[in-house]
Amino acid sequence: MTRECALLLPGVCAALADPRQPGLDDTCLEKLLDWFRSLTWFDPTVELVQDNPCLPELITSVLALPEPSPSILSFTLQLAGILASSETRFQHLQEEKLLGRLFGREGPRGGAAWEEASVRSAWVKGVHSMVHHQPALHFLCTMGGMDVIFALQGDPSLFVASAASQLLVHMLTFSLESETSKPLSTKDCDWPACAQMIIKHIEESLQSSSASHIEQSLKLLTSLFGSCFGSCYAAWTEVLWLDIANQIESFLLEDTVKAQHVLANLLLNVARSPVFCGTEGSFWALVTSALEHLTPLQAGPLAVGLLKLCKCPQDVRIQALTVLLQPMDCILRAASQPLEYAGLLDESVSDPVTVESLLSSKTSCAGLLCQTLAHLEKLLSLKHLRVDLPCVSLLRSLMTILQFCNGFLSPTSPLGSTISRNLINCFRVQKSALDVLAALSEKKGCDTLIGSLFDVLLAYLQSPNTSPTVLKKTFQATSKWLVHLQELSCSNSQWQQTEKILEDVFLVLQKRLCSPCWEVRDSSLEFLTAMVKCLRDQKEFRQSLLSSEVLRLTENLLEDPESYVRASAVTAVGHLALITYCAPESPVIGNPYNKENTVAKLQEILSTDSEGFPRRAVISIFTKWLREGSGQLEDTEQFVSRVIQTVEHDLDWEVRLGGLELVEVFCSQTICQLSPCPYAPVSSAVSSPTPQNELLQVFCRAKLFGFLFRSLCDCDKPVGQRACDVLIGLRGHFYPMSTLENPQEIEDSPAGRGIAWLQRTLRQGSLAQNFPTDGGDGVDFQDPESMMLALGAIDLLELHDELNKSSNHVEESPQSLLQDILATMGTIEDNEVDCY
Amino acid sequence: FFQYCLSGHPTLPCNVLKFKSTTIMLDCGLDMTSTLNFLPLPLVQSPRLSKLPGWVLKDGSTFLDKELKECSGHVFVDSVPEFCLPETELLDLSTVDVILISNYHCMMALPYITEYTGFTGTVYATEPTVQIGRLLMEELVNSIERVPKAQSASMWKNKEVQRLLPAPLKDAVEVSMWRKCYTMPEVNAALSKIQLVGYSQKIELFGAVQVTPLSSGYALGSSNWIIQSHYEKVSYVSGSSLLTTHPQPMDQASLKNSDVLILTGLTQIPTANPDGMVGEFCSNLAMTVRNGGNVLVPCYPSGVIYDLLECLYQYIDSAGLSNVPFYFISPVANSSLEFSQIFAEWLCHNKQTKVYLPEPPFPHAELIQTNKLKHYPSIHGDFSNDFKQPCVVFTGHPSLRFGDVVHFMELWGKSSLNTVIFTEPDFSYLDALAPYQPLAMKCVYCPIDTRLNFIQVSKLLKEVQPLHVVCPEQYTQPPPTQSHRTDLMIDCQPPAMSYRRAEVLTLPYKRRYEKIEIMPDLADSLVPLEIKPGISLATVSAVLHTKDNKHVLQLPPKPPQPPASKKRKRVSDDVPECKSLKPLLSGSIPVDQFVQTLEKHGFSDVKVEDTAKGHIVLLQEAETLIQLEEDSTHIICDNDEPLRVKLRDLVLKFLQKF
Repeated sequence: MTRECALLLPGVCAALADPRQPGLDDTCLEKLLDWFRSLTWFDPTVELVQDNPCLPELITSVLALPEPSPSILSFTLQLAGILASSETRFQHLQEEKLLGRLFGREGPRGGAAWEEASVRSAWVKGVHSMVHHQPALHFLCTMGGMDVIFALQGDPSLFVASAASQLLVHMLTFSLESETSKPLSTKDCDWPACAQMIIKHIEESLQSSSASHIEQSLKLLTSLFGSCFGSCYAAWTEVLWLDIANQIESFLLEDTVKAQHVLANLLLNVARSPVFCGTEGSFWALVTSALEHLTPLQAGPLAVGLLKLCKCPQDVRIQALTVLLQPMDCILRAASQPLEYAGLLDESVSDPVTVESLLSSKTSCAGLLCQTLAHLEKLLSLKHLRVDLPCVSLLRSLMTILQFCNGFLSPTSPLGSTISRNLINCFRVQKSALDVLAALSEKKGCDTLIGSLFDVLLAYLQSPNTSPTVLKKTFQATSKWLVHLQELSCSNSQWQQTEKILEDVFLVLQKRLCSPCWEVRDSSLEFLTAMVKCLRDQKEFRQSLLSSEVLRLTENLLEDPESYVRASAVTAVGHLALITYCAPESPVIGNPYNKENTVAKLQEILSTDSEGFPRRAVISIFTKWLREGSGQLEDTEQFVSRVIQTVEHDLDWEVRLGGLELVEVFCSQTICQLSPCPYAPVSSAVSSPTPQNELLQVFCRAKLFGFLFRSLCDCDKPVGQRACDVLIGLRGHFYPMSTLENPQEIEDSPAGRGIAWLQRTLRQGSLAQNFPTDGGDGVDFQDPESMMLALGAIDLLELHDELNKSSNHVEESPQSLLQDILATMGTIEDNEVDCY
Repeated sequence: FFQYCLSGHPTLPCNVLKFKSTTIMLDCGLDMTSTLNFLPLPLVQSPRLSKLPGWVLKDGSTFLDKELKECSGHVFVDSVPEFCLPETELLDLSTVDVILISNYHCMMALPYITEYTGFTGTVYATEPTVQIGRLLMEELVNSIERVPKAQSASMWKNKEVQRLLPAPLKDAVEVSMWRKCYTMPEVNAALSKIQLVGYSQKIELFGAVQVTPLSSGYALGSSNWIIQSHYEKVSYVSGSSLLTTHPQPMDQASLKNSDVLILTGLTQIPTANPDGMVGEFCSNLAMTVRNGGNVLVPCYPSGVIYDLLECLYQYIDSAGLSNVPFYFISPVANSSLEFSQIFAEWLCHNKQTKVYLPEPPFPHAELIQTNKLKHYPSIHGDFSNDFKQPCVVFTGHPSLRFGDVVHFMELWGKSSLNTVIFTEPDFSYLDALAPYQPLAMKCVYCPIDTRLNFIQVSKLLKEVQPLHVVCPEQYTQPPPTQSHRTDLMIDCQPPAMSYRRAEVLTLPYKRRYEKIEIMPDLADSLVPLEIKPGISLATVSAVLHTKDNKHVLQLPPKPPQPPASKKRKRVSDDVPECKSLKPLLSGSIPVDQFVQTLEKHGFSDVKVEDTAKGHIVLLQEAETLIQLEEDSTHIICDNDEPLRVKLRDLVLKFLQKF
């Protein structure tokens, strides 16, 4: 603790204990607690409480208050817990008899303040902080604290209940890890007293007839197994598990106790814990039984968790996958004539009737499907899935779901009719199914279905009933499958099918680009950009694109009234330019949307658009063009110079940042172009400028340095940081070995005064955040010599560090926090004086 | 409760309800789909239409070739279009007391009913309904009358001949009932019989029932109707909408507690959501115009067109269509646009508040002001001077058989740059286009029907909970083309009762109560006797007087004075003689006490037997039986009157008299 803080602390403590003071807001108190936590974390000594007697005094005064406010009482409980986290400070506070009055029987528990959930929560947190040594554990057990914690597991406040449960897990683990030296194999009286109490409580609860007690204990066990990852926990957790396994199994099989929903999590955490590394044993039998007996909704999370595990036995994995696929299988069977398609699964794990009844009910159908689809999407995103997904059947099932949802499928079975009725116009299911569909595009083997898949996708794209959000997902899935389609047609030369599909896609895209709903226009443009990104090298795609109206419509949307649409149009036009102005088949003649017009239009948007999004889009497209160097820009130097001048005064910092990115790309490209190839023959011409000088001249002509140096003082930190990075990079180029070391050299130079001024300004500027505009003492940013000197003379690294400091590092210091508290609290005295 | 169903068209209903002593016609919609069987009426001579070949029977007979023409494989009647009227034979329409109109689309058959059937009653409708209904009728009459056609075909209607014709003419129903359009004088005469009503206004019909119009949210002035007596309530829901468009929102609460709810006029396109369709409309319109094509929108002069114009008002600038002219051509275009602005009290809240600013409630005023929307009574005159292409034209009739739309179809049909966009759901667009085939112009079908869909209906029924629902049979099964869509039908408990054209339904509700008033002096004379706590009874002797469906109980006339003269009384003066009244009895007889009483009175051999309904008390010696049951007591003894009287008196002791 700094001296300044130590001086401020007594005042703060006194103010906090003063009941007349207005309550501080909770964030302040939380920050204060965080500070104490950081002070005590690595320092177990007693000095903190000894040197700052105001802290124990604060606790004493609060305890002396007849009716302390809940917030100050909560603060005190947590503070005491933090202070008592080391044994020495604990003893010190015990000597002052404070802890008993806070956490013991005479403490707030049972009193009026206990009605407040915040007080109970603080009590639990305080105890949690305190229990990091034996005496604290002992103190709690003897003071009757355990029963309180047990009771708080069922607290009406979920936060308190959860914190109590976490506390018990911590105590059990701590007690077993710290109090025993030899490995515990069997549960006997060797177990520490505290652990015994907790275990006994768990066992009793599990055997009780109260559903809530059972649930509490199951949740406790879930977090216990969820927190024990080290192998050192293996021994005792296994003992504990063997002790309760039978009970758990009985919950699974009996319907009398409604605890199934908690069991899936518990089993998953046990499966993840190091205890059951082996694939043998009764545990996996229990997991299998759970997969059979839990409803698909309950078993889903367990199944997906198991599939992610490395050490799960293969048969359990297959079973878990089967559970996940069951609803999809049911859909497939319900939609088709018997035996038309084999379903997804050869046999089901649980009773198929359960899945059927869930899908037949209006209330559970969408929920089950959405959950299943979300799980499947997760599985598809895994790099290493250790089971094979039946992708073709899965795709068929997804298509069926999508057709049910838009009413395009007429099922023959009664179950199919019911499901169809439940799913019609269900946007939630549509969106989830389309997500999985998109993820499935990367899997192999679905090629035979690709034609009918596009029929489904196009039906969605064409239907006026498709909601904008569903349409967006459809676009995303379509662009992914188009990529797959292209790859496929490359390999099997089925160009006709591809061309037909592309033609249909562009037709519907044209219509969607004219939609009165801006979300639709926006996602259509995003779709177009996505397609161009992936498919621009494909001839068929380019042909379909260029023969459609899409180009013209997209250019029109640069003037859309909605700024998001304008931004997306800018991005799309930018990407389209990469095709249209380079492609040989581009219809140049009579096209008013030529290269110059497009560049001019985008520059106009950059300088005049009233919204930030389109301007950001323009600058990033310019950068992309420059980076790709694909011939959009003839006179790059002039172009960059123009853009810099436009961007420099932009009100949106992201646009200015984009400008810096453009400058960075420009610099690196120019350096590459102008730097001599190390193997090139040395030019004998004396008069030609050296490459370094030429570079400097180019940069100066482009007015690059003025922009960079001014950006160092930008009011938005990221801009300054980026400018600094670029300048450091440039200096690395111009001064590859070292910086300018001789200050005399600067002073002597004609530009010396200017550079000195710049140095001074920047030093203040980073704080003042204000770059002086008067040029009296100014520096000539377009003079190559001055700029060379400036790069060498200014300590950019120091500036870099300065800029990287968090902007609020001053305001967030503990000292400032204490001052703030004093200032807030102090007002009351002023008011009193006023009143007098 | 009877319902005579005179129309089979679910959205153009015509039902007659017999309720208590009244006969109420609910709507009189005119099914105009019959006109699709006729050739279009071109405004200017159309060489194409006039050159169509006559239709020849399979056996080569040509006797129909003047009446029937063939076009692209379809056969059309070459005559003035005719309409299919509601049934007129099912009951004598001159007995109809009142006609209740729910919206302007459902009154198009009114002149046929009021002017041809001997109808002498009153028609009730709201003011916008009448005004806009008049515009629709005027447009209809005008479109047909201005293209006089000499020929009138009737030979094909002969049953024997009709059987030989190709579909759909072969299957057309009741062709003998099809009638030519009415005339303006008939329209005026019909409309003069209408009495204007306002929402929630209560109208007494002959003291028997009360009818009330409620806002239905579908169109300007559109209403649902409540028909109720003291103890019965029938709701008539026809053409309602829950979407936020221009009219006042639908009043659902007042439909609660109905005994019977008659449900008609649901959306005709349940699979198309109106928002999506409006989007489709705009996109197609913009695409066509951008490519230099013209857009034709066949529509009615009122209704959805207001919403479309409002939507376009917001859309055209963003779509870069500000310079494209919009034309609205109809003999009533001007009136329609202006009427819409003056019915403020019938508009939705947002539009009502605009009136107080003051601003025109509909933005088409601004479109007109800025010259973006121009309206003309017909294509002749000013329009031909102003006409610029590419443009968007709104004009009627949506059937494409008459009106200015015929001209534009002929004009623009040959170019694939142009598009016709169908927004009215009343006609199948393929049938409407049939006489124009082959057609190069693009056709887009964006039916915009804001009426209730089945999801909304099911919510509505859950909300208002009628005891019984009656609806057209079309609503009780999925649409024929989508038989798997079981979600597209009415699903309620008990299942809805369905009706079809020319059917008479006995509504599933029995009248059980009638309200009767008691005159004060009669009420004064009553002496109630409390027979149970809280329940008092009194006997009433009175004369029931019924007049104008009101029932009143009056004091009976005084007993006749002894005749003052010996003059013989006239028979008619004879007043029914009032006999002295026997008291009414109530209570029950406790068997044990009764037996004790009998024993006290000297009956020694009393035996009691329990029966299913009560007890039998046997007096063996006297050979007498006393049957005591819940609602009757019998004393059975042989010819011993004194014994019977004695026993009777003993029984009476246990009962209360009043």
